[in-house]
Amino acid sequence: MELTTIVFYVFAAITLIAGAIVVFSRSIVYSAFALLFAFFGVAGLYVLLMADFLAVTQLMIYVGAILVLLIFGVMLTTRVIDVQMRTGTIHVLPALLIVAALAGVLVHVLVSTDWKVLPELFTPEETAPQIGTALLTTYVLPFEVASVILLVALIGAAMIARRERKV
Amino acid sequence: MEELLQSIIGESWILYVLLAAPPLVFILVYALVTVWTEMKVSAHMQDRLAYMYTGPHGILQPVADILKLLQKEDTVPAAADKPLFIMAPYLVFIGTYAGFAALPFSSAYIGSDINLGAFYIIAVSSIVVVGLLMAGWASNNKWSIFGAMRSAAQIVSYEIPTALALLVAVMITGSLNLQDVIRFQEGGILNWVVFGGPLPVVQKLLLLPFTVTAFLIMFIAGVAEVNRTPFDLPEAESELVQGYNTEYSGMKFAIFYLAEYANMYLVSGVAACLFLGGWSSPFGDFMSGPLWGVFWIVAKGYFFVFLQIWIRWTLPRLRVDQLMYTSWKVLIPFLFVCLFGVGLILVL
Repeated sequence: MELTTIVFYVFAAITLIAGAIVVFSRSIVYSAFALLFAFFGVAGLYVLLMADFLAVTQLMIYVGAILVLLIFGVMLTTRVIDVQMRTGTIHVLPALLIVAALAGVLVHVLVSTDWKVLPELFTPEETAPQIGTALLTTYVLPFEVASVILLVALIGAAMIARRERKV
Repeated sequence: MEELLQSIIGESWILYVLLAAPPLVFILVYALVTVWTEMKVSAHMQDRLAYMYTGPHGILQPVADILKLLQKEDTVPAAADKPLFIMAPYLVFIGTYAGFAALPFSSAYIGSDINLGAFYIIAVSSIVVVGLLMAGWASNNKWSIFGAMRSAAQIVSYEIPTALALLVAVMITGSLNLQDVIRFQEGGILNWVVFGGPLPVVQKLLLLPFTVTAFLIMFIAGVAEVNRTPFDLPEAESELVQGYNTEYSGMKFAIFYLAEYANMYLVSGVAACLFLGGWSSPFGDFMSGPLWGVFWIVAKGYFFVFLQIWIRWTLPRLRVDQLMYTSWKVLIPFLFVCLFGVGLILVL
């Protein structure tokens, strides 16, 4: 077997096993930490798809920011306040319906996509400059709108945090 | 080096193992040297002698320390979360070691010559944060949790000044690949980014205040990211015993220490690559070449490691609020001015 193929299966296995732990683990802390490996595996898959910028951004944002925030939240609520946070199964029927619908959509995409192997694809030598150029020319409006919304969210968060401290 | 090895053994997994191994060898040797340096520097600064018995001037003491750590019983506290407790130190080391993949060691050797090198190092070191949080939580100990929390908050806040300072250098050099960044600065000390890079003289002089500021901030943020004094609140001995690694002993403790020392070199190495010309010689063509490159980059990186040790034994610890104040209200505004200034000068 080719080395890239083995690496693909390793990353896929990491993603799937970690994902399964996230969903099935009874302890919410285990779920949170298993997310690290799931994100890491997905980043590895991005690298194999020649999307290196996306892979590094995935690590930066999901592992560096979102996951740390999540773990902070979990840690502050479980041990410090001494409330046992456990996950359980509720709403079996609606969950089953939604999962079935989602799986249907995913399988449909999987079957109907015209998959191309690597040589056919356009693989740029450097991805970052092209993403940067696209963001500041073709997609400048969505980019600016997103940044303004983020700024608003940031100011809002700071406002809420400060008000609580004064009371 | 990659082509050379490829021609000898061909495309196989052995090739990749051999390409990935040199930084590990470097880290192990470097950690031994630095343990000794740290003790000796601290001792001489305080008018003491430190180790004097094992070998001349105690030079074999780190080896003895390692032998002791290897023999120590590897205890896991009864109330700890066993799987996470065992995994945490390895995760911290993996996060650090992954950063070394994109750190050049010479014009001929870099673990992985990727285009996003600098960005990748910043991103992958966030795994360390998760490892620290894991260690703190799994220890099931108040001090460990507080240490881990402080550590994570600190690293997350100081990642922003690091990334912004990196951006200043990247704007001047026009590449995220650390090898390209260094090639841009080749040709002597005056071509280093900290002195404005190889640009026309007027532009260099205009850039100088911004690049020097960005470089200093990068170093300060680097010290904070590796949790060393004056930013060592996560391990504040007087309040938290040892912080996140309080409950660790034996080899696991040693791995935490190894990761800390490796991280010290990583931040120093990145700063040296971005601002001080990495493996390029300060005298232009004199003393340059792949092997001299190893010497220069290790010398530059190690100088900053030495500086970190020096600072550790000179300055007192900051308070938590001062720590956050420094990052958000001092370093980041300065860097925004730097970014704006550098952008303006480069466009003009």
